[in-house]
Amino acid sequence: MNDISRSDNRLSMEKSDPGRRGIRFKNTLKAKENVPAGLARKTAPKLPELSEFDVVRHYTKLSKINFSVDTHFYPLGSCTMKYNPRVNEEAAALDGFAGLHPLAHDNAAQGTLEMLYDLEKRLCALTGMDAFTLQPAAGAHSEFTGLLIAKAYFAKKGQDERTEIICPDSAHGTNPATAAMLGFNAINIKSGPDGRVNPDDLKAHLGNKTAVLMLTVPNTLGLFESRIEEIVEMAHKAGALIYMDGANFNALIGLVKPGELGVDIMHINAHKTFSTPHGGGGPGAGGIGVKKHLEEFLPVPRIKKESGTYKTDFSCPDSIGKVKAFFGNVGVLARAYAYLLMHSKKELGGIAENAILNANYMKSRLQEVYPSYSKDHCMHECVLTPPSELTAKGLKTLDIAKRLLDYGFHAPTIYFPLIVHEAIMIEPTETESKETMDAFITAMLEIKREGAADPQLLKDAPHTMPVKRLDEVQAARQPNLRW
Amino acid sequence: MFSANTEKDREEMLKAIGVSSIRDLLKQVPGKYLYPAFDLPETSLDEQQTARRMKALAARNTAPLSFLGAGAYERYIPAAVKALISRGEYLTAYTPYQAEASQGILQTIYEYQSSVCALYAMDCANASMYDGASAFGEAVRAAVRITGKKKILCQETLNPQYLQTLKTYFADSAEYQFVTVPHKDGLVDPEKLSALLSGDTACVAFQTPNFFGLPEDAPGISEMAHKAGALVVTAADPASLGLFAPPGEYSADFAVGEGQSLGLPLSYGGPYLGIFSCKKEYVRQMPGRIAGMTRDKDGKRGFVLTLQAREQHIRRDKAASNICSNEALCALSATIYLALLGPEGLKELALANARAAAFAAGKLSAVKGAALKFKAPFFNEFVLEVGDAARLRERILAKDHIDIGLPLKDLYPALGQGALLVCATETKTEEDILRLEKALRENI
Ligand SMILES: Cc1ncc(COP(=O)(O)O)c(C=O)c1O
Repeated sequence: MNDISRSDNRLSMEKSDPGRRGIRFKNTLKAKENVPAGLARKTAPKLPELSEFDVVRHYTKLSKINFSVDTHFYPLGSCTMKYNPRVNEEAAALDGFAGLHPLAHDNAAQGTLEMLYDLEKRLCALTGMDAFTLQPAAGAHSEFTGLLIAKAYFAKKGQDERTEIICPDSAHGTNPATAAMLGFNAINIKSGPDGRVNPDDLKAHLGNKTAVLMLTVPNTLGLFESRIEEIVEMAHKAGALIYMDGANFNALIGLVKPGELGVDIMHINAHKTFSTPHGGGGPGAGGIGVKKHLEEFLPVPRIKKESGTYKTDFSCPDSIGKVKAFFGNVGVLARAYAYLLMHSKKELGGIAENAILNANYMKSRLQEVYPSYSKDHCMHECVLTPPSELTAKGLKTLDIAKRLLDYGFHAPTIYFPLIVHEAIMIEPTETESKETMDAFITAMLEIKREGAADPQLLKDAPHTMPVKRLDEVQAARQPNLRW
Repeated sequence: MFSANTEKDREEMLKAIGVSSIRDLLKQVPGKYLYPAFDLPETSLDEQQTARRMKALAARNTAPLSFLGAGAYERYIPAAVKALISRGEYLTAYTPYQAEASQGILQTIYEYQSSVCALYAMDCANASMYDGASAFGEAVRAAVRITGKKKILCQETLNPQYLQTLKTYFADSAEYQFVTVPHKDGLVDPEKLSALLSGDTACVAFQTPNFFGLPEDAPGISEMAHKAGALVVTAADPASLGLFAPPGEYSADFAVGEGQSLGLPLSYGGPYLGIFSCKKEYVRQMPGRIAGMTRDKDGKRGFVLTLQAREQHIRRDKAASNICSNEALCALSATIYLALLGPEGLKELALANARAAAFAAGKLSAVKGAALKFKAPFFNEFVLEVGDAARLRERILAKDHIDIGLPLKDLYPALGQGALLVCATETKTEEDILRLEKALRENI
């Protein structure tokens, strides 16, 4: 399939011109390398041969066929695509931070250690948890770390029979996937008609095999678990731990401390709540907060402060060990820290308040045409569904999403949560203006009119992107994954 | 702080919603949990103060002349790489769920996968993992899944951080058996390897160059493993592949690596780049995102995320891995870095590393009281005997502002307190190395 039209989207490899050079490394040292003949590379790798200018133009051009928060409204539900302040970028790139080797002597790393220590402390204050680790690289990696801690906790208590993790059916895929990766059985419980955990159903599944109840608060429908007190009490009574998936913490920041809800383990996503850029899919940074009874299991090293000096501490006999080679995604955490410095406690609450206000505004303006899954007010995001006038014509959420691109908006998250048929999950975040949301609402209403009048227009969408709708079936049937 | 809403906007929005205050929207939250006391600052910093505070913190990292390696390497980062990856169009996008609006990032992922395949001489690669160690863990998991066997052979000279992470990735059951293949003079002992390989071995998982900086006889190890019916999982430093045989040349089944070596900053451990590649028969065992080339309705070339039936958002508890967000921007950075280097630049980079280390080893081993620990050839780091490595490190750091390298006693007690892992990459000049030599001479 590499024979497809070469007109305007050639790969760097196709632009290669043997003999062109980008960067060089001139050798000035008088020494000889020692490469035993049997271990030498036989054929040079087929990397592109380009000038620096070729490279700059190629990747600048590619950047222009890409939606981003900087260029487009990006209301991707569950992903918190808020504005990424530029001062954070400058801070993380400072030589003192960027150049620090992960095995540096503690004495040479006091600045980074102090930052991480203070970040952990602030996160504890914000979440009501007793201790934090910032080692996980992302949300899913945090879940992995958190469930490992739960496993270590039950092993130490001699309760190896606790092999089940309960997740609501609205949970993100990483929840059951993480449970399975650690040898637990993922038990799915059905959400009640209001989209929340049904305590009676939960009760039927809780028992002495339950290790952890994983809750997302607010859940993926953008709803707070109103009966959380009852749910937590029930799970604790059964001897289980509560894990809170904090992907949606933007709705609670400065408003609610998950620790006070009775959560035992929770994660945060720096790339969601704390405004670090998503980088086209990553890197993010995770972090796990735990209550006192779980602190001894946190991964090593821990950061300690002793008479004004910060130290990395590896002497934690019950620690789960390591989840990655070195300390977490510190470059990302530096951005999150700078973001926190710019917010007083009141301003932190303002993040959640404005996020919630914006989501409810969006919901209230759209729900007459795009029915909302829940009749209640939402927290930071809402889940809508396509108008019946459109579905009657065979149109799907996917068609609406693709048409939105023509209007210059990234589509919301679609087909998630799985429990909502044809879900359209909208998270505007607090950083988008009413003006932008109004324009998005106008586009959504216009798309409804267009679809009712001319369904094919939506089925053929997008019309204005660099490519028309792409054939995903062919991509999966005849995978072409490399040049 | 960064909200655009004015008081007027807020009022208009509340009115449109039909409530009188934001509190009205929070009725679903039991009141006793709302607005608790927070032990956090009453005041915030403005942008300038924030920049100043961050600068002051960064300055508290003392930035000595450093000869640390051990899995993370000081690299020169080309200006064009930094400029391109700070473009907001890349920086502030997310996973390309809407392919038509994300062709830029999708094409760069495809180019990344292609570059990794070229570099490692493998059939296919994914869009990235968290870091080299987690990629290694996931690759060994795949090997165990494929073979259905539970015995895993690892070299004694595997980076201890990788070994620890690997064990964490196998915390799901106590049935796995990790067996250490001892080293002889710093390299995998082929006789021991042969004796330990058996029909129930899932894979031989090894690193090259190994933790001591020595390239292993990877072709030999691979051949022995395959003869015994075991798979081969190799972790190879991508910077070494400008000179040394890539995993594909010796038929490795899975090849991973720490992509930090491809021009990423050290940043105290992350964000780094987990390179993951494999033979094509195992493509459906790969974790994480994969980009593929396809056509649009008009037959024009385009790119999408593909083979998603392996992933958590579709398969949930049956997924190959739980990974969701990856290290896309780091992968883009590595792609641009490799495009700037090309095959010639990659070779020059590898040579610059090998020569810097060779020069350093020559000078340092001539210092009285210092000697090379192993005779085998090395790439860009080597083990030096220096008496009391930890004490020497402390002293020279305090006195001369040089970090001489990593003392190995805690990780490899058998090597004794003299063993020091010293690394010199392309960033080290003759002057730097002579400074180290002088410091050693004066303090040993
Ligand atoms: C609810 C929820 N949980 C977990 C995750 C996983 O987080 P990450 O992508 O950082 O691994 C996500 C991310 O999309 C999410 O929305």
